[in-house]
Amino acid sequence: MSSAQKPKPPAEKIARDGPKLTGAKLEARLAETWRTPPGFIGWLSSVDHKDIGRRYIVTALTFLALAGALAIAMRLQLARPESRLISAQRYNEIFTMHGTTMMFLFAVPVMQGMQLYLTPLMIGTRAISFPRLCAFSYWMYLAGGLLLWVAFVMNIGPDIGWFAYPPLSGPQYGIGKRTDIWAQMVTFTEVAALALAVTLTATILKQRAPGMTLARMPLFVWSTLVVSLMVIFSMPSVALASSLLLSDRLVGTQFYNPAERGDALLWQHLFWFFGHPEVYIIFLPATGFISEIVATFTRRPIFAYPIVVLSLVGTGILAFGLWVHHMFATGLPRVGYSFFTSASMSVSIPTGLQLFCWIATMWDGRPQFRVPMLYVIGFVITFVIGGLSGVIIAAVPLDLQVHDTYFIVAHFHYVLIGGAVFPLLGAITYWFPKMTGRMMSETLGKISFWMIFLGFQLAFFPMHISGLMGMPRRVYTYPAGMGLELPNLLSSIGSLVVATAVLLFVANMLLSMRRGQVAEPNPWQAGTLEWAAASPPPAYNFAHIPVVGSRTPLWDAGERWPVVHGLRVDDRELVLTTIITAGPDTREPSAEPSPWPLISAGAVTVMFVSSMFSPWAVAFGTIPVVIALTAWFWPKSPTPSKEPVIE
Amino acid sequence: MIRRGAFLAGAAAVLSGCNRYQTSLGGEAAESANFLRLFWTFMAVCTLMYVLLVGGMLIALWRSRKAREALVVENGRHHASAPILRPLLIGWAALILVGLSALAIASFVTDRSNAANASHPKLVVTVTANQWWWDVQYSLQGTTTALRTANELHLPVGVPAEVILESNDVIHSLWIPNLAGKQDLIPGRVNDLQLWPKKTGLYRGQCAEFCGLQHAHMALDVTVESKTDFARWLTAQKRPAFAPQGPVETAGYRYVTSRACASCHTVSGTQAGGTVGPDLTHFASRRSIAAGTRPMDRGNLTAWVADPQGLKPGTNMPKIPMRRDEVRAVVAYLERLK
Repeated sequence: MSSAQKPKPPAEKIARDGPKLTGAKLEARLAETWRTPPGFIGWLSSVDHKDIGRRYIVTALTFLALAGALAIAMRLQLARPESRLISAQRYNEIFTMHGTTMMFLFAVPVMQGMQLYLTPLMIGTRAISFPRLCAFSYWMYLAGGLLLWVAFVMNIGPDIGWFAYPPLSGPQYGIGKRTDIWAQMVTFTEVAALALAVTLTATILKQRAPGMTLARMPLFVWSTLVVSLMVIFSMPSVALASSLLLSDRLVGTQFYNPAERGDALLWQHLFWFFGHPEVYIIFLPATGFISEIVATFTRRPIFAYPIVVLSLVGTGILAFGLWVHHMFATGLPRVGYSFFTSASMSVSIPTGLQLFCWIATMWDGRPQFRVPMLYVIGFVITFVIGGLSGVIIAAVPLDLQVHDTYFIVAHFHYVLIGGAVFPLLGAITYWFPKMTGRMMSETLGKISFWMIFLGFQLAFFPMHISGLMGMPRRVYTYPAGMGLELPNLLSSIGSLVVATAVLLFVANMLLSMRRGQVAEPNPWQAGTLEWAAASPPPAYNFAHIPVVGSRTPLWDAGERWPVVHGLRVDDRELVLTTIITAGPDTREPSAEPSPWPLISAGAVTVMFVSSMFSPWAVAFGTIPVVIALTAWFWPKSPTPSKEPVIE
Repeated sequence: MIRRGAFLAGAAAVLSGCNRYQTSLGGEAAESANFLRLFWTFMAVCTLMYVLLVGGMLIALWRSRKAREALVVENGRHHASAPILRPLLIGWAALILVGLSALAIASFVTDRSNAANASHPKLVVTVTANQWWWDVQYSLQGTTTALRTANELHLPVGVPAEVILESNDVIHSLWIPNLAGKQDLIPGRVNDLQLWPKKTGLYRGQCAEFCGLQHAHMALDVTVESKTDFARWLTAQKRPAFAPQGPVETAGYRYVTSRACASCHTVSGTQAGGTVGPDLTHFASRRSIAAGTRPMDRGNLTAWVADPQGLKPGTNMPKIPMRRDEVRAVVAYLERLK
């Protein structure tokens, strides 16, 4: 790639980087080329993956706070039996909003936001592959979230659970617009998630720095690749399911109506075919965080890298063969259930192997007990309980008792909070200096870790007991005298501790953003590429695209390492590499900032929202969408460089 | 997991006294006893795995505290990982496989045992779920009409019974944890649940699938009794309703059979023949009202008749404007319906 050798044009006119154009001068040129236009319109037009990733993360954390507040409301209601604090109707709305927001508006988007921010940095490229599609994705996600929450505030929020089983969600029993809003919100978030998944897949497969073969990719990037492919295969199922539900409700189709030869169970198959992979779509990015954090804080590469990669891929595949374990009580044939029992149990094999590899890495290295590492330890202690209770409920005779009880509530909070939120909080602490240029406070971080960890156990461990003692899920109250008072009270107290600790964590973020200790590019002495960029990274990420020779280039390469020369500095240009071996392939222009993704998202929003009221909106609503998309994709004649170009 | 085991055992001990009428840890029937056996088997294996894994992590963290601070790469070479780790990895994978296989086999064997229990039912009951109550029908040998009751299930001890499950509206799930696991009641489908109670007692079942506004208040009382008691109950249930006695009850009788109540409720032997709501023929013999919402007593009954929406907001039973003496009369008559 070092091609700037032969003719020597005047130094002032060099349009490509190379030995003649380095240092501050190069950085100034790149900053000018890659900058996001100033002002509000510029802010709306940004296609920088770091801007969009940050927006995703901040928005998702806001939804976490909202859904967390709802959780507190539920715990206050359930703190004592037959409480009249919250009415049945309101409670049903609250648990629906809690689940829907956590799954669709927090967990998946926050993971994808982290992936969007980190992936280009970790693989050594300047931009995401389809930057405008990313911007579009964010606006769609935001619109879907606003739709749901504005409806809730206007008292027309959904009240049918985050799983929306028909016929309860069908036209006969789910009257009003509540369910339509839920179903259409699903469409919004699925469009957003699919757009990001496609973008991330293409970025990982084609934009890795030269030399970063698949076998040298950081494990977080591997998890991103697996998860993105899972999104591509699973989300269409729920988008289809919710569209069928909407058409049942709006235009009188009868997909889910047994009276007209539809089938209520069809929904459950379609929903859980998405819903189970969804859990791994949330969990696998967390395993990516763990792999990065463990490697950095033990100063060792992860033990048995190929096993971890195979575990990720294996989990991604197995996740599609489990959905029926959500339906053990629906009366399907017993022999079929046996298959899904075995498949569900077998997921613990790859997960158990990954856990072993992390622990083996700790065995080899010397762990530093910084806050991200504490979250990893908290993760193992907590998540494994959830994983093992998952083995318990994979068995049909056991699941039939605990299915739809608080035992399940305990199980999936151990898996999702212990398995995904703990690693996420660790990851935020870990990458905070990269994103903001400042370190988070270690003291506040440790206090909030211990409060979250202990408060979590207090809140959710007793739910195993209340479930076994006969408390079903999704009940707005329970009778006195069944022995449920104590476990519920403990859960409520624990939830308040967790809420306080999360507020402390957020306060730590806000304080550290302003007053935290200034971070160097690589404050933790980590080994992966994102730490080679400045903290926070400039718009162009890297002044020179590095050439990679190992899995932990920052540990292995020493002071000087080879870089790519010959990329244009007067226009946005990327290096594409081959899919497996990451050999240099070609140069590719990258899209400029544009307000059209936002306008297109607005047009699609109008179409989606109005289609809840009239099917004609689908026809007429496409007109503005087509106009906006035409403007978005209006061909731009390639600007030949005014400056001499060396080919 | 250790904590969980200890905590559970403690909790079970504390609760074994009084609160055992709705718990998965009771084991008072064939299937729920199978559940307990299998559950503690799983708990034992899972606890072992938990101790190994978390113990392994703690040892790893403890032993490494004296490891060299140095970076991975020294003199351009990575440290080799400890030689013990590779055989440990293989051993761990083998252990997981063996453990899972054992648990899967245990699960299948239990499942077969539950299925075998189901093969020769001696009693068939049809439960039809409605928002938010249970319609219960006993098919009796030698008669064409079924015996109808609501929100209660009487079962003779030691007799395998089959419960046919249907739904009139949305998906519900019948769960009587002391006797068996749950099964869904799905509109357009017929499911079944096998109950083989082994101990007499009073239990409580509840809807376990979210079914709308009053999902929390959709329970039913289960009575497992001796065969003679069951036969006696059955005979009593077959009788038409008792006639009112005295002027107050008669006024209540007139109100119930000629006014709004009759359009939804049946009182056999009277003009009240509605089928939308629960059968009231032997209403007062039940333990609770409004599908397990409140115990059966005069105060609760009065509150329920006067304002169903106050006791169970959203219930399909409307609030009917009644004078105080009418409420009293209706309650008096309903109490006669033993």
